[in-house]
Amino acid sequence: MTSTVSPVRSKRSALTKGQLPKYAPYAVLAAALIVGAAILALVGFNAFGWGVVSAILFAIGLVSWSAAVEGSRKAKDRLATCLVVGSFLVALLPLVSVIWTVLVNGIPGLLNPGFLTNSMNGVTGAFDNKAVDSGGPVLGGIYHALLGTVQITLLATVISVPVGLLTAIYLVEYGNDGRLARAITFFVDVMTGIPSIVAGLFAAAFFFVVVGPGTKTGAVAAVALSVLMIPVVVRSSEEMLKIVPNELREAAYALGVRKWRTILKVVIPTAISGIASGVTLAIARVIGETAPILVTAGFATSINTNVFGGWMASLPTFIYTQILNPTSPSNPDPSSQRAWGAALVLIILVMVLNLVARLVARIFAPKTGR
Amino acid sequence: MSKRIDVKDLNVYYGDFLAVEDVSINIEAKSVTAFIGPSGCGKSTFLRTLNRMHEVIPGARVEGEVLLDGDNLYGPGVDPVTVRSQIGMVFQRPNPFPTMSIRDNVLAGVKLNNKKISKGEADVLVERSLKGANLWNEVKDRLEKPGSGLSGGQQQRLCIARAIAVEPQVILMDEPCSALDPISTLAIEDLINELKDQYTVVIVTHNMQQAARVSDKTAFFNIAGTGKPGKLIEYGDTHTIFSNPVQKATEDYVSGRFG
Repeated sequence: MTSTVSPVRSKRSALTKGQLPKYAPYAVLAAALIVGAAILALVGFNAFGWGVVSAILFAIGLVSWSAAVEGSRKAKDRLATCLVVGSFLVALLPLVSVIWTVLVNGIPGLLNPGFLTNSMNGVTGAFDNKAVDSGGPVLGGIYHALLGTVQITLLATVISVPVGLLTAIYLVEYGNDGRLARAITFFVDVMTGIPSIVAGLFAAAFFFVVVGPGTKTGAVAAVALSVLMIPVVVRSSEEMLKIVPNELREAAYALGVRKWRTILKVVIPTAISGIASGVTLAIARVIGETAPILVTAGFATSINTNVFGGWMASLPTFIYTQILNPTSPSNPDPSSQRAWGAALVLIILVMVLNLVARLVARIFAPKTGR
Repeated sequence: MSKRIDVKDLNVYYGDFLAVEDVSINIEAKSVTAFIGPSGCGKSTFLRTLNRMHEVIPGARVEGEVLLDGDNLYGPGVDPVTVRSQIGMVFQRPNPFPTMSIRDNVLAGVKLNNKKISKGEADVLVERSLKGANLWNEVKDRLEKPGSGLSGGQQQRLCIARAIAVEPQVILMDEPCSALDPISTLAIEDLINELKDQYTVVIVTHNMQQAARVSDKTAFFNIAGTGKPGKLIEYGDTHTIFSNPVQKATEDYVSGRFG
């Protein structure tokens, strides 16, 4: 920082109070970091404590300096800024930490040849022991789990979107805030709060009654996930349909267009970008569910392309079983490497879905070009 | 291609609230009729009952008769959709469909109803409607661009083109110029003058000069006070209403001594 004499000070008018120089925050930050390090050195240095102590010192230093020079109003402003930025950093900390941990642990697994194209079929503890003892390649991959996740989520989407969208259309266009509409809204809110394991148990019990005992297939898992997904889809679609201006509906009615055609051709196309991104976010919400899949689809080690028959693996259950029941109990490292790799793939999937949601919203958004 | 409207003893309710009381009025075919009056006096509400658009609002209902060339709009078994395809409407704020191009906006009445139309016929209809709304020259090179990219006045004329593309008998306009600048207003007023050669036009306006400029007949609505129903005070030739009204309230209103 070059310290120049502030020109404001030289031509002080009756309208200005004292001002801190532009470099003040940086100077205080540097001082806070040094003092913080010194304090921490006395009690035993660690990075986390250093950050916390420095942040507190920074806030105290900057605010009191500002109070002395700039007056109490400016000082309060700086205190509020410190609190807001501080909260943001605290909120960001877990996210950065999670991403960092998963990247560090997951990349070796992801880069393992065949990780995305092989299943765990035939991979036994003996191979893992060999890989650890003689440094050979870690065999096995997540292809079966990836395939299972995609199939289960796709089927869940196919079930949830029509149900959710039609419910939202009823609530906004036909419900008139009547008793039924209010009851539906209430129960959708209740559904939002259902613990995912309960949704899984519901689906398992439902198929137990309808199909027979011990029915564990991808379809059962998809039903469980739709129980979680439907309220999200209803809520987001409802909000999107609500913000379609009533004037557009009236314009269509005034042209002699029937109500259902107005909804189909005017209301939904106007809201489609929001609906589509809401659906994508709902998918991202359920794709990482573990408990309901565990009780409904079991866990498989081989590829299963039939969503209606046989146990099926998915990424979350794959992670769960690899960590809890390593393929080779005496050498769990290869298993945990695979689990971290799967976790990384899952996070990437969710991130890609979020990006897709934004892209979809932009593509479908009404154009305003001239 | 235009029909007259006769209203007999019409009461309009929102739930239990009587919004407009006992209106009887005869609107001539191929003429422009203006509704004037203070805000909240029920002229827009009354206008919307002329093509059953008030039914969109929950709880709204009417008593009485509205006859379109003798056929009661509120007779048993009358489909409001049929009514609206005969009696078009232009709203206060321009509301082109944001997802559609200019061309599709004009064709909305046809396409949204899934009527089959060949491309040639569609082209003819688009050109005729846009020419009818005095908008053709401004947009003919960008028919595929979105309608929301036009200026406010152009959007309003696009909405008029959209309304006349379904070839209605009557066009209702609810303060069509209140969101527009004077030049766009002039364009719309010129258009109204041309429209009356083919259509029956009913216009609600807050601008008395506008009513005097464009209309053949004028109806003055008023309310006795907040919570009271709106009533038709006086109806007659525009010239008479503005220069020699019968009622004191009308004279006060048109001369600006009221409200």
